[in-house]
Parts: sequence; structure tokens; C-alpha cells
Amino acid sequence: MGLGVSAIGQGLLYGLLGIGLFLTFRILDFPDMTVEGTFPFGAAVTVSAITHGVNPLLATVLALLAGMLAGLVTGLLSTKGHIPVLLAGILVMTGLFSVNLRVMGRANLSLLNQPNLFEAKWLKALPEYFDSVAVGTIVVIVVLTLVILFLNTQIGQGFIAAGDNPTMARSLGINPDGQQVLGLVVGNGLIGLSGGLIAQNNGYADVNMGIGTIVIGLAAIIIGEVVFGELTLSQRLVAVILGSIIYRFVLLLVLKLGFNPDDLKVLSAVVLAVAIMVPSIEHKIHVRQVLRNGVQAHD
Amino acid sequence: MGCRRMTEAQLKLANVNINVVVGQSVRALIQDVNLEIQPGEFVTVLGTNGAGKSTLFNAITGDLPLASGTVTLAGQDISTERPERRARLIARVFQDPKMGTAPRMSVAENLALASRRGQRLTLASRKLNSQLAHFKELAAQTGNGLEDALNKPTEQLSGGQRQALSLLMATMRNPELLLLDEHTAALDPHTSAAIMTLTDKIVQQNHLTCLMITHQLADALKYGNRMIILDAGRIVADYDAEAKAGLQEADLLQYFN
Repeated sequence: MGLGVSAIGQGLLYGLLGIGLFLTFRILDFPDMTVEGTFPFGAAVTVSAITHGVNPLLATVLALLAGMLAGLVTGLLSTKGHIPVLLAGILVMTGLFSVNLRVMGRANLSLLNQPNLFEAKWLKALPEYFDSVAVGTIVVIVVLTLVILFLNTQIGQGFIAAGDNPTMARSLGINPDGQQVLGLVVGNGLIGLSGGLIAQNNGYADVNMGIGTIVIGLAAIIIGEVVFGELTLSQRLVAVILGSIIYRFVLLLVLKLGFNPDDLKVLSAVVLAVAIMVPSIEHKIHVRQVLRNGVQAHD
Repeated sequence: MGCRRMTEAQLKLANVNINVVVGQSVRALIQDVNLEIQPGEFVTVLGTNGAGKSTLFNAITGDLPLASGTVTLAGQDISTERPERRARLIARVFQDPKMGTAPRMSVAENLALASRRGQRLTLASRKLNSQLAHFKELAAQTGNGLEDALNKPTEQLSGGQRQALSLLMATMRNPELLLLDEHTAALDPHTSAAIMTLTDKIVQQNHLTCLMITHQLADALKYGNRMIILDAGRIVADYDAEAKAGLQEADLLQYFN
């Protein structure tokens, strides 16, 4: 029971990472490697701020701003510096490793005996692990509402168009470069926020906590798509959150099956690879058709 | 030559040159082009592949930088403006139906975007629902069922529907200049004819100033009230409405040897 609740809480908090990545990966159509630096950057900023006496809520907002700054750097390197966006992300991710060490002053910084968002009185009244579910639900609802509202504004529609067809966007007077920077700033802001929340929930920030985060984000997006199929854009954002939660349960299951926690990264990579391959495999062997036939044959 | 009382040209290209660097050498794509188009003129543009037709369009839209010369549109010197900036004045329909629309966005969403062409986008709502009636009316004039597909993603449309949509998007705000870049070339003959008829109707109704590149000599003769022919980066012939009306396809073949 406790582990399941914890998985939901973690899924919600990591879901923000998925939403941030969705903006670049699905709408602008490129994998943003900055993620692996932004996530620990948000964590490092939040934890350092709290240990320096900053209010946890404000420290969480600082994680969002830190992420936005990282996204801005990637965006400018790509659009103004004409560095391919994949490489720009890798450069910022690499640079952030040192930045994160500087911010924390060491490789791992604990929040032991420090306040954090999950220590609020009303949360303490909840059963164990429900604090992360409560905080996660509130933040996810706020973020999803804002992102969906944004995507339905004029700028939001221009943003989608720029990702969908840059030539057409330009011919309508929309600068695709500006939209790319916007996507990277907002996306990485959410990823920094996710890092800040996860760090508080875990009770520490670690300079290595970014490794594999792009896989976590992509898994949330793709599991959401594979499980829920054809959806509207707003529904797809909700599916990312649900995909993130499902992914946590898959990992939980994998560990319950007795796999070594050291193998978690390779297993998560395999889970993602399989999820990505499912639609094409399904297409090839007509899984649904076979299943239906199989059921009918035994009826 | 006594009479100088001419209306001011809608589009004016003065001494326009465009070069590309190929390896070690510089090649001229457009050489000393001078062109004045009057308001409401519908000009068909002919020429062999590589004659510089598309380069001419790219010079006007700003997609290729000028080596020298100026481009003036509706009284404004736009020679150094970025393509996105020029979009407030210029609309373009591409040859490839996929180029003019956002595939994953619905027909209505595409039209809503085009309804704000060249304007500053804000955080105001896109106001899709309040425009639906207008969009339906607009789409109905295509005669190909586009009005019943307003909520479909454009990737699900046929090539003809997509190109009709691109045309509506290009013309719904009456641009100062409409550029048609072989916009029927990717369509089957029947659909192509339908799109051409629609194009002519929209251009006439809205008194648009229009340049249309085509490889269909019949279309070039049938539509528009002026014709220019390009060869090796220069304008080699310029027929006004009267001269154009007297032309036969055979007269044009000399330019395509």
C-alpha cells in the first residue's frame, strides 16, 4: 500500500518533468538534452536555498526560475549561436554539472533537520506518503491549467504552429526561433520545478540525480500515448501525468520481481525502448487482430 | 512619353541582384531585375527550371538576401526586413500543399492563426469559437467540403482541400501582395483546375495584386492580366493585358528551348 501511494506521489512530481519535456519533444519536435542538467539544477538551487534559510515555497519558485534560465541558455545557443539544438542541450547539461557543484558546494546536500514543502502541518496530518500525493496533485493541477490555458492563447497557438510547420509559421509572421526559445524556457522551468520538488521529497539533492531523467520524461510521454491512444492536445498533457505514474508502477514491479536496484537504469531504458517500439510492432504483427482472433477461436 | 501621371506601383523591384556562392565562384541567380507591378495586377510568371522564378519570389519575401537593389511594396521599402516582418504585407502559397498549413492543428486553428497574419501575438485567447461561423462561410466557397472539416487536423485533408485552405489563409486578410508559387502543380488536373478557378475568383473579388508562377502555359494565358517571362535570371518578356490577350501557346514556346 505504502509503496503504491509513494509511486503515485513520485509519478505526479516526475510528471512535471514529462510536461516540460512534452513542450520540446512533442510540440517543437526535438529531444532537449538540457533536462539532465536542469533537473539537478532545480534540485540544487532549492536545497541550497533552504539550507540558507530561504522559505521552502520561495526556494521551489527559485528552482522554476533556475530551470528557465538553463532553457534560455540552450535556446540562445541554438537560435543565435546556430548550434544544433541537440548539441546545445548537451553543452548546457555538461556545463550545469559544474554549476550544480558550485551551487551546493559539494556533490550531495541533505535537507536533514531543515524545513521543506512536505513538512507543512496539514500534510503531516495525512497518512504516510500521502504528503507527496497531495503536493503533487496541487502542483500538477496548477501547472496543467496554466499550460493548457497558454496553449490556447494566440502565442500558444503560434508556438504549436512553429513546432508543427516552421515554414508556414514564418510565412504568417511568426518567428520560429523565438518560439523555440520560449518552449525551452517554459519546458526547462517545469523541469527545474520538478527537480526542486523531488529533492524536497527525497530530502536531499545530488549532483548525479540528473542521470537518466530524459528517459524518465520520455517514458511518461510515450507510455501515456501508447496506453491512451488518440487524444486532444489537452488530454495528451493529462496522459503524460498518468504515463509518469504508470512508469513508477512499472519500476516498482520490476524491483518487486527481485531485480537488483543497480540495474534500474538499464531496465528503465529497456522499458522506454519497448514502449517506443510498441506502436510499430503492433502495426506489424496486428497484435489486436491476433488477440481478437485468439479470443474468438476459444469462445 | 509625355504622360507621367501613373499611379504609384504596388510592388517595385529596382536593380535587384541575387548571388549564390557555389564552391569558389559566385553565380548570379537574378540579374538587374527592374519590375513595377500596379495595384490589382494579376501577373503570371513563366520560365524554364532555373530561370529564377522562385528566386524572384524569395527576393520579394526576404528568404534570400539581395546582393544589391531595393524592393518596395505598398510604398514601404522592405529590402532589409526579415521574412516574418514582411508577412504583414505578403502572403504566399507554396507548391507543396504540406508547406502552407500546420498538419496537427485543425482547419479552424490554422484559419485563426492566419487571421492574425503579421500581427503581434498576445496572451489573449485565440477566440476560436466566435470565429467559427466566419470560417465556415469562408471555407464554403472552396466547394470541396472544407467547411465540414473545420475541426479536423489538416493532415487528414486531401491535397486539394489543403491547398484551398492555404489559399484562404493567404488571402483572408487581403495582403498587399499575393505570391502563388506553382500552387496547383502538385494536384491532379481536375483538382488543379478547381483551385485555379477559386484563385481567380478570390483575386478578382478582393482586387489583390498577385504574382503567379506556373508551368502550365494554358493557365498562364487564361488567367491574369499581365505576363512576364524569365530566363537566366533576367526578365526577357513582359506582356500587358492587351498583348497577353493576343498570345497563343505557340508564341511562348520560343522561350522554352
